[in-house]
Amino acid sequence: MRAIDTLLSGDLPRSRLLALALGAILFALALAPFLFPGTRSLDVAAKVCIFIVLVASYDLLLGYTGIVSFAHTMFFGIGGYGIAIAMTRLDAGWSALAIGTAGALAVSLVLSLLVGLFSLRVKAIFFAMVTLAVASFFAILASQLSDLTGGEDGLTFKVPEFLRPGFRLLDEPVLGVVFGGKLITYYLVFTSALALFLGLLRAVNSPFGRVLLAIRENEFRAEALGYRTVVYRTLANCLSALVATLAGVLYALWLRYTGPNTTLDFAIMIDILLMVVIGGMGTMYGSILGTTLFIVAQNYLQDLMKMASGATRGIPLLPDLLHPDRWLLWLGVLFVVCVYYFPLGIVGRLRHGGARKG
Amino acid sequence: MQTAEHPVLETRGLTIRFGGHVAVNEVSCSFHPGTLTAIVGPNGAGKTTYFNLVSGQLRPSAGRVLLFGEDVTDDPAPVRTRKGMGRAFQLTNLFPLLTVRENVRLAVQARARSGLNMVSMWGRQSELIEKAEHFLHRVGLAERSASLASTLPHGDQRKLEVAMLLALEPDIFMFDEPTAGMSVAEVPVILELIHDIKNQKDKTILLVEHKMDVVRSLSDRIIVLHQGALVADGNPAEVIASPIVQEAYLGVSASA
Repeated sequence: MRAIDTLLSGDLPRSRLLALALGAILFALALAPFLFPGTRSLDVAAKVCIFIVLVASYDLLLGYTGIVSFAHTMFFGIGGYGIAIAMTRLDAGWSALAIGTAGALAVSLVLSLLVGLFSLRVKAIFFAMVTLAVASFFAILASQLSDLTGGEDGLTFKVPEFLRPGFRLLDEPVLGVVFGGKLITYYLVFTSALALFLGLLRAVNSPFGRVLLAIRENEFRAEALGYRTVVYRTLANCLSALVATLAGVLYALWLRYTGPNTTLDFAIMIDILLMVVIGGMGTMYGSILGTTLFIVAQNYLQDLMKMASGATRGIPLLPDLLHPDRWLLWLGVLFVVCVYYFPLGIVGRLRHGGARKG
Repeated sequence: MQTAEHPVLETRGLTIRFGGHVAVNEVSCSFHPGTLTAIVGPNGAGKTTYFNLVSGQLRPSAGRVLLFGEDVTDDPAPVRTRKGMGRAFQLTNLFPLLTVRENVRLAVQARARSGLNMVSMWGRQSELIEKAEHFLHRVGLAERSASLASTLPHGDQRKLEVAMLLALEPDIFMFDEPTAGMSVAEVPVILELIHDIKNQKDKTILLVEHKMDVVRSLSDRIIVLHQGALVADGNPAEVIASPIVQEAYLGVSASA
């Protein structure tokens, strides 16, 4: 029990249903290659792992510190481009991977520090605008510097041999699963994501994390107690940016590709916001539930609707409404319902037994 | 109440103007350890504004603030707090969605300078937790430590405010009407606490207070602010008897 408490930094789910849901997701992700064989489902599982980290790092900013930033996808992109550029320019080995990651982290650190120091002193809306401007500028830069970034096409690159799909650890499949580069990459992604999430969980449950909450609650009082809030907000901004960068590295490694559409697209920024809000801001666990629900819906709602549309054939109107082409409409309806009925997110709902907090 | 020691805190010609209105007007005053100074004056006299200038929530239009002989006029509030100034606020100013214990813990932690620690578990720092419990016990809030601060009744919120000030363990205690809005039964707890701090002899206490009986029983010295200016300064009996106070503060005409 104490080991689990330490692992979760003393921040237990505090709801049986939540613990169950988290356990189920952990179980599904840990055994995804065996439970859901097939390229597409493994892609979804890997994306869930990576986005949990990305969304959790955004929750550190939005939920815990009360900072609204639109530059999170920029840091995600820096990670992706960092290793993509290193892998295409250097020998596609582990050292190139390390150099690319280190370079990306350094760039993110400097950028987040600059953005933070210049704009975190002033009003929240100003910070949001600055991040929006910087992120747009970065996206334009990435598409214009096509010699370096591949422009709109992005960069496809080779990964270390050990992680290539062609690599075989065992000659024969075990339990119908090929033990090769794809499986190794998946577990690299999974364990990294798990470690990063637990690290973030520790950060928000540390003395530092409580100061962030205090700043969110009453910045004036935090200052009066002797906390220099600019320092804390800037550090939170940097930490969040660094973790997003690592998530970007993992995503690029999984896709063996980095491009504007997989990292810098503003639609991804909106998705991150939705996942945080649906899961529950300021809870960390919300990022797990929000991300899983969102990405699974994004990928499988269309299939589900195709089945439903087929099943309701003969009934007027319904098959048309449930036509797979309408999936975006239904995804939208799902979000509106979620936000309306769970203003504190799914985690807030589970923890407070449905009672709305005044 | 002058002692040979250097003042802990001093203001020189401290002035702030809001537009054409002079809220605090060239207040020069020094404060010594072991002394409780009550700051009195009618509503709008500039008492809380003077506090805000001293603790760094406001920047003066003119004048200096000196702390242990060092000019801190340009230091923001958190830096002054780190240098030994502690303040409780007139309007209750808490972290509403954190628990009572966490509120005090944040003050204990600020004092211990461990806010930048990102690796330890907040819930396992038993030394700091015990310290927080100790201060909650002193103000009589120990049994409420797990409640959210926002759910406390008004009187308890004032006590929590005082517990947070105690937890900062400052050299200079600034109380801004600590008993305002408290029930008669609750007031003695706070007064006793202030008395205890006074008995430590090395602490400097500034107290803004309206209730004259409280002022009389606690203070070693009274300064009177009127329309932003310091109009009287001296031992309690003298100041209360002086014509200017009778007129300005107690509303009695000097000729009467």
